[in-house]
Order: sequence, then C-alpha cells, then structure tokens
Amino acid sequence: MESMLALITGCLVAGSIYLMLSRNLIHFIFGLVLAGNAVNLLIFAAGRPNGDPPPLIPPGQWAPVGPVANSLPQALILTAIVISFALLSFVFILFYRAYQELGTIDTETLRNDGPAAEVTPHSEDGA
Amino acid sequence: MSGWTLIPVVLPFAVAAASLLLRNRARWQTAIGMTGAALHLTAGCVLLWRVQRFGIQVLHVASWPAPFGITMAADHLGALLVVITGIVYTAVFSYSQADISPELRKNGYDPLLHILIGGISGAFLTGDLFNLYVWFEVMLMASFGLLVAGGKRKQLEGGVKYVVINLLATLLFLAGLGLVFAVAGTLNMAHLHQVLPSVPDRGLVAAISVLFLTAFGIKAGLFPLFFWLPASYHTPPVSVSAVFSGLLTKVGVYALIRTFTLLFPLDGAGLQNLLLAAAALTMVTGVLGAAAHAEFRRILSFHIISQVGYMVLGLALFTPLAMAGAVFYLLHHILVKANLFLVSGLSRQWTGSFELEKMGGIYRSRAVLALLFFIPAFSLAGFPPLSGFWAKMVLIRASLEAGQFGLAVVAAMVGLLTVYSMSKIWGEAFWKPLPAMDASGAVEGRRRLSAWSLAPVALLALMTVTIGIWVEPFVNLSMAAAHELMNPEGYVQAVLGGSP
Repeated sequence: MESMLALITGCLVAGSIYLMLSRNLIHFIFGLVLAGNAVNLLIFAAGRPNGDPPPLIPPGQWAPVGPVANSLPQALILTAIVISFALLSFVFILFYRAYQELGTIDTETLRNDGPAAEVTPHSEDGA
Repeated sequence: MSGWTLIPVVLPFAVAAASLLLRNRARWQTAIGMTGAALHLTAGCVLLWRVQRFGIQVLHVASWPAPFGITMAADHLGALLVVITGIVYTAVFSYSQADISPELRKNGYDPLLHILIGGISGAFLTGDLFNLYVWFEVMLMASFGLLVAGGKRKQLEGGVKYVVINLLATLLFLAGLGLVFAVAGTLNMAHLHQVLPSVPDRGLVAAISVLFLTAFGIKAGLFPLFFWLPASYHTPPVSVSAVFSGLLTKVGVYALIRTFTLLFPLDGAGLQNLLLAAAALTMVTGVLGAAAHAEFRRILSFHIISQVGYMVLGLALFTPLAMAGAVFYLLHHILVKANLFLVSGLSRQWTGSFELEKMGGIYRSRAVLALLFFIPAFSLAGFPPLSGFWAKMVLIRASLEAGQFGLAVVAAMVGLLTVYSMSKIWGEAFWKPLPAMDASGAVEGRRRLSAWSLAPVALLALMTVTIGIWVEPFVNLSMAAAHELMNPEGYVQAVLGGSP
C-alpha cells in the first residue's frame, strides 16, 4: 500500500514539475493542482495506512479496542483540501483577470519589473 | 494557562467581521478599525508584560493537553513581534484613511487588512506546526486580495508572480510538514523538539529541514529565492506595501528562527554553513539591486531583501549574542521599513511620482517630510544613534566573536552601500529641485498631506529615535528572547507542562 502511494506521489510530483516549468500560466495552474494532490497523498501515506479499522469506540467502552487507524492525517488533508480549493479558485480568477488586462498568459512576456524594462527587454533584473 | 495569547488573534477577525457588515459606512469602518487596532496593540503589550512577569504564556485550546490539542504559546519573541505588529497595524490603518480610495474601502479593503493582521498574529503565537501552515494560508489569502485590490494592470502582473511563488512555498511547507508527521508522529513544536533528535533516519530529517528552509526562505525573501518580492511589492497602494514589507517577509524570518532553534537546532554542520552563505549573499544581492534601481518603492523592496540577510545572519551564527541581534534587528526593521514605505507614499503625494527622476524639491518645500524620511532611512543604513546602528553593531560584534571576520566585513560593507542608495533617494527626491517639465503637473496633483497619514509616520520615526537613544530595555528584551530561543527547554516545559 505504501509503496503504491509512494509511486503515485512521485508520478504526480514529476508531472506537476513538468507542467509548472511551462511558460503557459494555465499549465502552471494544473501543475499546482497536481502538486497539491501529491502533497495530500504524502500526508495520507505519512499516517501509515495499513488497513486498521476506523477509530470507533464500541458502546460501553472508554477507549478503542485493539489497533485503530490514525485519523489525524485525514483531518490534516481535509483542511489542506479546503484551503487549496479556495486558493485555486482565487488563482483562476486572478489569472483570468490578468489575461484580460495584460492580454497574455505567457510568463516570458510578464517581465515589466526590471529597471527600465522597456528600454532593455533582455535585462535579467528581477524577472 | 493564559487566554491573553488568543486575544491578539481573535480580535482582528472579530473586527473584520464587523467591518464587513458595515462596509457601506466609511465612518463606522474607521471607528471600528482604529479601536480594533488600538485594542490589538494593548493586548499585545499586556501579553508581553505577562511574559516578562510570569514567563512563557501557554493556552491549551479547550483544555486538551499538549501535544494532543491545539496549543498557543507566547515566548518573548512571539510577544514582542505581536506588539510590533500592533504598532504597524495601528499606523497603517490610520494611514490608509488618507491613502485608500472610498471605492476600495467599500470593496473590502478594511476586512482584508484585519484578517491579514489576525493571520500574522496567529503565526507568531501558535505552538503547532500545522496551525502555522493554516495561519500562513490565512495571511496569504488576505495578502492576495490586498495586493490586487483595485485591479490595476501593474498590480495584476505583480500579483501573478507573488501568488505563484507563494503557493509553491506553502506546498513545500505542507510537504515538509507531512514528512515530519511521518517520522515523528506529532506536530506540536515543543513535542517535536523532544522527538526529532531521536529519529533514527538522520538523512530524512536533514531533507525535511531543507524543505522547511526552502519554503520559509521563499517567504522571507532569502537569496536566491527573493525575486518575487521586488517584482510585486511596489505595485499595490502604499498602505498595503507598508504592511507587507514590514510584516509579511518577517513572518518568514520568524518561521526560520522558530524552525532552526526548536525543531532542527543548528549544529555547525552543512545546514549552518548554507544559511551563513545564504545570509551573506542575500545582504549583498539585495543592496546591489537597490543600487541599480531608480524607483522609490523598488529601491525599498530590494532593501528588505538585504536586511533579511542581516536577520538570517544572526540566526545562522547561532550564538546568544547573534540571536539577540537578529531579534533586535527584526523589531527595528519592521518599524523602519513600514515607515519608509509610508514616507514614499507621502513623497508621491507631494511630487506626483515614485520615479526618482520625476521627483524633487521636497527638502525645500516640505522640510518636515524630509526629516521624516531622513530618520528611518539613515536608521536603516545604520547611522548612530538611530536604532539601526545598534542592530548592526550587535550583529557585527557577534560575527567577530564567532570568528566570522569575512561576514563582519560583508555586513559593514552592505551598510555602506545602503547609505549609498539612501543618499540616492535623498539627493534625487529631496534635494534636487523638482524637474521643470513636470512641475506644473505635479503641483496640480499635489494634495494636502492629511493628519491621518502624517501622524503615524511621525510616531514611527519617533519610536526609531527612542529605540536608538534609549536602547537598553530593547536590547534586554532581545537578549531575553534570544536566551529562550537558545535554550528551548523552557519553552518545551511550558508547553508540555513538565512531562519529560
């Protein structure tokens, strides 16, 4: 189980890095989505999912009987998913607005931040 | 058990909610915001006093004992930073009364600022790694909103860069956090201090620490991860850049300090050398970038980077004196940097531009404003007797004592170069006569400087002078903070309550 999760996480990270290296901002967002999922799977694997029963306490007992699964990673992932959902929807809107204003989603053209960038378009400063 | 650790966090959120409900009534928003900021500052001061008097303040939320529940903990460092946050909060909120347009305030500028402050305070006071991540996200979300509020072209372009790199940084942080949980089974920072040293796989622990270093290094603007900062900090309204430059990067520095004293104490091995090298390169590249630019706020943005280098230098030297220097530098820098950005806004109001070329004549026409620039600018450069001089002196002395002569020389030289770029601003914007071609336009655009914006600038400058002249109590506080950071057993004991 863990080795499969590790393999999937690795593939997701590789894919996300490939996408994030693209000059196209849309590819970048999809890379970000993949990376977020990879990290969530990583946390899931960190909780050692080895098939233990859920941590439910039988009636009349004060503590679970026998080994139970660790539920904390699920709580962490749930929080992370909610946060990343909000952030990603913001990012999509932001990129769309940026596209409307700047007319481009190519990162190479978003370099208006060096000293006198318009004079020396190949300046390496700050970009 | 102390509820005071929760107040500076909860209060701004309550204020944000109230402010959101009253968003169509500018006066009410102002009243609520100013009251909230003042209360936040007061609560921070009480918290600091309690830390001084009774030691580290800990709150176990809902009485779940650590390491199982959520823990808030305030040591000297956290409490001091909350006080400084309160000061900047009050100053910037007052400044925004004159700076932020009514439309923007109606569209939610106020609540976003309050939420940002709540997130920052939460990050300073939490005792739990996952909560730190959540506070980072709260801050990030609010800062995204503030950065692009108004939706100008330049802002959107800066915003894209800022958002992209910061999201990546939080993902790295989250990945590191997951791995910490995998090897240690806990996320309480005090508990981690006990558990992490006994993890058998040292290679994995080292890898995790580098993940944290990268994530927080991006947030703090550490070399070579700083490029997003000067690309975005000069784009939003002045109030927003002031609060970003004063507080946001410093949360990254704070997280670095916390991580590398409590979780992975530096031990003279590779990571420490890496941090030392990064600190030196951050100082140098930052100040060289500042020397190359000719726009007021861009110069200031590059200065943030070079100053972050000083703080990380203090952390990387890892001696009690150096740590105290880092803490003192942090406190001094937040006040000074926020103030410089506010002054840049006032200068723009007076001359109509942020481009040094088009500015001029402020010294002649508005000597008070020139003085208000002079104080923080030359404090930043390290002129005696202003606060920056003591901060630099402590750090340079600490590097000499640690036998790092090269770093001491670098730190001193960077100070000189800072003077160079500050005198560039001084010469261009303040001494030089206003360029004739723009004179008419600028005079037309010139607005009376409002008391809302002048008062905070003057008060912050006064604080810089006070810290400079009456330096001892501030150094003592920094020493106390450094002592706690270098001996985390006290923190661990306070959080875990004596259990081994």
